[in-house]
Amino acid sequence: MEDLIIIGAGPAGLTAGIYAARARLKTLLLERLAPGGQVLTTDRVENYPGFVEGISGFELVDRMKRQAERFGLKIENQEVARLKFNSEIKTVVTDRGELEARALILACGATPQKLGIEGESMLTGKGVSYCATCDGPFYRDQEVALVGGGDTAIEEALFLARFAGKIHVIHRRDELRATKLLQERAFAEEKIEFVWDSIASRIVGESGVEGIDLKNVKTDKEFRLPVQGVFVFIGTNPNNELVKDFVKLDERGFVIANNDMETSVPGLFVAGDIRSKLLRQISTAVGEGATAAFAAEKYIDSQK
Amino acid sequence: MSDVLEVTDNNFDEEIMNSDIPAMVDFWAEWCGPCKMVSPAVEELAQEYKGRIKIGSMDVDGNRNTPGRFGIRNIPTLILFKGGEVAQTIIGAHPKGHIEEELKKLL
Repeated sequence: MEDLIIIGAGPAGLTAGIYAARARLKTLLLERLAPGGQVLTTDRVENYPGFVEGISGFELVDRMKRQAERFGLKIENQEVARLKFNSEIKTVVTDRGELEARALILACGATPQKLGIEGESMLTGKGVSYCATCDGPFYRDQEVALVGGGDTAIEEALFLARFAGKIHVIHRRDELRATKLLQERAFAEEKIEFVWDSIASRIVGESGVEGIDLKNVKTDKEFRLPVQGVFVFIGTNPNNELVKDFVKLDERGFVIANNDMETSVPGLFVAGDIRSKLLRQISTAVGEGATAAFAAEKYIDSQK
Repeated sequence: MSDVLEVTDNNFDEEIMNSDIPAMVDFWAEWCGPCKMVSPAVEELAQEYKGRIKIGSMDVDGNRNTPGRFGIRNIPTLILFKGGEVAQTIIGAHPKGHIEEELKKLL
């Protein structure tokens, strides 16, 4: 049996792993894909302290992984199917069998939210994308739409400007939520045009995206924008499937935890984007990962 | 040495379309972070299915024709081929188990 099982190898899970390994807890970190998480979709991380010129998302998370392994953390590629909490012991059922631990840290992160409009799922992979750093280069000199107005949306719009001919940023309000610095860059970028007060109602096209139907929420005027690609950055949904039936969630499904990252289930901790909180960033994820590991250590000691 | 075959615009027809055994191609690029989440699984599968399924990868940055031919606009994309026809397309980063399930259907 393990002392601690951490699920998810993004920045939160890897940091929890570093602290747990250094605390000499018998720890296993499970990841369904290769380590990384959403950070991997970030071209350049500019707001994580210590990297003056910024660092690529891949490089940053690769360093975290190597750092964790240096302290002896075991990382295994297993997909968790479900969790069982029958007694003090937590059972993790994976695609390879059953594992047991005294405490769990859930750092499963979040997944980009879909618009939920007609044409979206049919055209995913045919012009609808949730990752500009993956797919941007397929749109050289083309015209694309980007839906959203937060940090991720504006960062990705600026990344797309390296390739696309024109980017229409569609936002439901008349001002952006994104950090002021990013707004300044976006307003200065000639390739970016803003479509304010507008929501998307349909993505049109047969074998590929041909346009997006929009509606101005103030005037109710409907119009179609002919574009070859649609990028969607309207926030994230928590990857809460493993715990949603027995842990306290907020109204959007993010897991509620106290200051020590403990959830409503004793011995079950969370860290990173899956947690109900104000700001989802690498810098907040790593702090929570460290706290969760420390709190888990205290919990495990109290159980022994 | 990797068991993943390097597929290019030049050898694609010969290696994949005219392959005697089923094939899978991982379309990726250096710039693509999520592609790096899939490549270890592809690597392992190439080893495990050696001789039964031909597994290759194509860098879409250096090879523009083949991705265009299959309408690829998102990476990572895995395309599974059988007898020179597309049998399945897997878009985005998925766990090894999911990819393997689709691979088994080719056999």
